[in-house]
Amino acid sequence: MADEQKPGGSEAPPPSGSEAPKPAAKPAADAAKAAPPKPAAAAHPAPPKPPATMAATPWDSDLARDLKTHFAESITETSTYLGQSFLVAKPDSVIPILEYLKLEADFDYLVDVTAVDWPKRAERFDLVYILYSFSRNERIRVKTHIAEGFKPETATGVHLTANWLEREVYDMFGIEFAGHPDLRRILLPEEWQGFPLRKDQSILKQDDRWVQENLGIPSGQ
Amino acid sequence: MSETTFLDSTELVLNMGPQHPSTHGVLRVILKLDGEKVLGTDCVIGYLHRGVEKIGENRTYAQFNPYVDRMDYVAAISNGLGYCLAVEKLLSVEVPARAQCVRVILTELNRIASHLLWLGTHALDIGAITPVFYCLREREEALKIFEKYCGARLTTHAFRIGGLQYETYDGFEQDIRDFNKWFLPKVDEYEELLTNNRIWVGRLKGVGILSGDECKEYGVTGPVLRAAGVKWDIRKALPYSGYEKYEFDIPIRENGDTYDRYIVRMQEMRQSVRIMAQAVEAIPEGPIMGKVGKVIKPAVGEAYVSIEAPKGELGYYVVSDGSTQPYRLRVRPPSFVNLQALDRMVAGGLIADVVAIIGTLDIVLGEVDR
Repeated sequence: MADEQKPGGSEAPPPSGSEAPKPAAKPAADAAKAAPPKPAAAAHPAPPKPPATMAATPWDSDLARDLKTHFAESITETSTYLGQSFLVAKPDSVIPILEYLKLEADFDYLVDVTAVDWPKRAERFDLVYILYSFSRNERIRVKTHIAEGFKPETATGVHLTANWLEREVYDMFGIEFAGHPDLRRILLPEEWQGFPLRKDQSILKQDDRWVQENLGIPSGQ
Repeated sequence: MSETTFLDSTELVLNMGPQHPSTHGVLRVILKLDGEKVLGTDCVIGYLHRGVEKIGENRTYAQFNPYVDRMDYVAAISNGLGYCLAVEKLLSVEVPARAQCVRVILTELNRIASHLLWLGTHALDIGAITPVFYCLREREEALKIFEKYCGARLTTHAFRIGGLQYETYDGFEQDIRDFNKWFLPKVDEYEELLTNNRIWVGRLKGVGILSGDECKEYGVTGPVLRAAGVKWDIRKALPYSGYEKYEFDIPIRENGDTYDRYIVRMQEMRQSVRIMAQAVEAIPEGPIMGKVGKVIKPAVGEAYVSIEAPKGELGYYVVSDGSTQPYRLRVRPPSFVNLQALDRMVAGGLIADVVAIIGTLDIVLGEVDR
């Protein structure tokens, strides 16, 4: 699967950086093809907007500056969107950042760990950590982009709650966390094949064989 | 020495659930026991997994709205509120004051309904039969108001993205006032039955202790966190839907045991009444829907919005790619995260306490499994 993805990734989107545009091929094609039937729409979309990226503004705060001085190049982006701040870091430095945030900046509550699949991108998955600090009353997100097959380090050493949350990410996306104490499927049966929240899994597609064997439904659906 | 008698204890692995009256749904807990003592647990969940997040990616924003009711189905209105707030955040839509006010009233009424079901079943687990009948009787009155408002009792789908679909019915305010007046003495009644009941206290005090630091470490929120002395409620910390306008307290306790969690939830019901009483007198006139287009199409971006659901922090992380369907819709379920702390709470305790601790966590498996 990784082999299938890579050629697709190399032809369209930029390899790294911040929010890679999602439908990378579309905007160019749209401008040419979709313009004639929609004259009204064609009037304004073309010039100003670099398509399909989040209109985030730089995150200007002491914390952001502090993190940037500590982690320098490891942090590739610090932004705010709709009043919610997030930073994008390189995969290897995520755990040190979580640790630093917990010990130095009091972000002692890991709200959630989740992932987003962007199959056309070279670094296919966004891994998202949502953090909250009780003392600062502030919520931030730490994001990183990882390629398929890359094994990010587990956050269980920093926040115990990452245990089940990471298991769910593994269950749904197939991202394996290195050093996780108990990396098993959590919501789906252990013998299940496939990772349902990946974009290449259709909503109708189930593990037919498992359904046939265990539920006795001949069609598998 | 080599001879063993039947008195020698050996480790025993016992399956509790998935079909068990005290697991509050299809939760399977594998218990490792030494006699009556619990050495460790493993939770097996997922029996109710329906792929809610995947469904969300394949429906439009409005189409997905009814699905969220089916996660925590005893607090459907809270689920709907969280989802609507998340999408409204993405759209940067202002919800009219009237809609916000009605939302608060219904959400607090739903909190009471949720806590009542918890109290009834929790007491039943412990062996107190009477409260469950009382609680269901009172909950019925709350459900009747939901039914009068939107036609549904449980999976209400009461809110729409941008506001409310329905105007309040004639006599809505009076119904809420009547409920408040009638309900507070009922809480006293439950407390008379339980709070100083020696069996109740004996079964709950000092059982399943989770300290404030442990709660934070495990990401446990809601009444469980507040019973451990952490004064944190999203309605106060990061107010939404105009909660900052209402006066109410955050009940907290210090010990973090099952009894304290009981007290916190009882007081929360009183606080909900207090909020409703203020809100119902201050429902402003005006529209009930904000400016939302027929087709909901947020700009490319993402937002995480969470609310204080009856069980804890219920969050929605929505990623939009600019189309009419969410690109990714993550639900941060309080029950799922809270359940993770079960192992810490029961380990070293007695098997009889496992039931009390599952009850006090107030999990709903529809939300754990999604």
